[in-house]
Amino acid sequence: MQIYLPIAEVAVNALVLTGLGGIVGLMSGLFGVGGGFLITPLLFFIGIPPAIAVATGANQVVASSFSGVLAHVKRKAVDFRMGWVLLAGGLVGSSVGVLIFNLLSRLGQVDLVVQLCYVIFLGLIGAMMLQESLRALHRARRSGPIKPMRRHQHGWVHKWPLKMKFRASGLYISAIPVLMVGAAVGVLGAIMGVGGGFIMVPAMIYLLGMPTKVVIGTSLFQITFLSAYTTLMHAVSSNTVDVMLAVLLIVGGVIGAQVGTHLGARLRAEQLRILLALLVLGVCGKLALDLFLRPDELYSITQGGKA
Amino acid sequence: MIRQSCHALLALAMLALPLQAQESPPPTPAEGATSATIEAEPETTPERIVAGLSRDDIDITTSFDGSEIIIYGAVKRESRIPPGQPLDVIVTVEGPHRPVTVRHKERRLGIWVNTGRVNIGSAPNFYVVATTRPLHLILPPEEDQRYRISIPLAMRAFAGPTEVEDVVPYTEALIRLRRAADLYRQDDGSVLLAEQTLFRADIGLPANLIEGFYSTRIFLLRDGKVIDTFRAPIDVRKVGLERWLYRLALEQPFIYGIMSLAIAMAAGWAASAAFRLIKRT
Repeated sequence: MQIYLPIAEVAVNALVLTGLGGIVGLMSGLFGVGGGFLITPLLFFIGIPPAIAVATGANQVVASSFSGVLAHVKRKAVDFRMGWVLLAGGLVGSSVGVLIFNLLSRLGQVDLVVQLCYVIFLGLIGAMMLQESLRALHRARRSGPIKPMRRHQHGWVHKWPLKMKFRASGLYISAIPVLMVGAAVGVLGAIMGVGGGFIMVPAMIYLLGMPTKVVIGTSLFQITFLSAYTTLMHAVSSNTVDVMLAVLLIVGGVIGAQVGTHLGARLRAEQLRILLALLVLGVCGKLALDLFLRPDELYSITQGGKA
Repeated sequence: MIRQSCHALLALAMLALPLQAQESPPPTPAEGATSATIEAEPETTPERIVAGLSRDDIDITTSFDGSEIIIYGAVKRESRIPPGQPLDVIVTVEGPHRPVTVRHKERRLGIWVNTGRVNIGSAPNFYVVATTRPLHLILPPEEDQRYRISIPLAMRAFAGPTEVEDVVPYTEALIRLRRAADLYRQDDGSVLLAEQTLFRADIGLPANLIEGFYSTRIFLLRDGKVIDTFRAPIDVRKVGLERWLYRLALEQPFIYGIMSLAIAMAAGWAASAAFRLIKRT
């Protein structure tokens, strides 16, 4: 079933798009990530202009993370205070990110920077997660129950001024590193067209020392608002949000997300994390190959008016 | 609808035309082939195009999946068919022009990076050339230059100073990529011409059309000379929901953005509510 997208000005198969949304939704339900890092490259691949893929991807992330955050709010697994502080940093970061994005696209290097960002971040995070979860799995096998992770480590983030109490996370730390994490994720999110969950989650666990049970809910909470802001910025500044495309992706995405959440409840956390790590490394490897191998077509076209 | 059926009738009526054409009164001395002899009245050409389009507007609806347009017509002449090479017809359909940037990748430090760039001031978004016989056989370069018929000549004006020495590979790449996307096409031999009088071209329009005024041109050629031209516009535009969304996105981007977000949040909420219900039962 072909459907003509009013903003992208291309006709695409509606079922393919819904299926794509569904697969990405499944991932986001399973792993608690927005799925933006999958949807944006996939949209490029089926011929959606990059600027529209990035902006519409952000709109899709709003739907999937909002659906997720509702479930986490019910379970009281959201640290709202932490979320708001992260969001404050995120809004600043996102605005800076959009400026950088516009500058890069004028220079014609936006694809390269986006790809490099993906390769570096996905590679680092994938490797870290894989190593960590393999170790956890190994430990679990050897000595039955896993020891809970040591919290309240007093590292560098605890020595800074402007301390705040985050009750739901059980943390009393400076707001500055929280703002910095939010801003960094905001910049990357705007450039890469992703919510940034896959960066946010490890940063919250390893840098801020938040307990795992509130990490996913809080990151989804922050991502919902941040990508809503990014969507609005793209819609106003460059008219690149295609709502028809977004609806198709969302319909598949929300269903996939719910299925994924229930599937995820039956799998063990370490296995899940190994799967996510492998997926992240897979996407990373594919993008790295694209950078290093000679492309089939050395030339590319962009419409002069847009992008 | 009514307009289309009128066109269909007209097309039917024209099937009867060749008979009349052959029965037409005996010739005045053949002026047609040698244009030098008609300097007295250069305004009138002895062979003229009478043509029509199966439709002069195309609506892009939500389910738009490409379209087809039939361009048909006849050659009107007062005289007998002139001797010499037979008549040829070229039909072009051209989409709205837009500026385009073509970039070239090169290997730098092991990775492939965009290096060169050429801005083309104006290239049609869609271009088809349909002919009765292979284009290079019927159209000499000087006529091509004059009327800008072949695909490479359809794009114009390099915008600003170019940064590369040789722009040719860039324009070639543009044509190659657009051809691969079915946006540029050269259909040699796809125009049907009967009795050197009646012609018909079926032009397929792809699904990835953009909005705007398209123009159809018809060229009549004899002995490597264009002897008559015909031009007609086709209005391609979005209708209904497509048009509404497009206008809203451009004219009220803030409201449009809020609407997109509201849809996303409603869908997210609905999905989680629906699954809670399913789980409960």
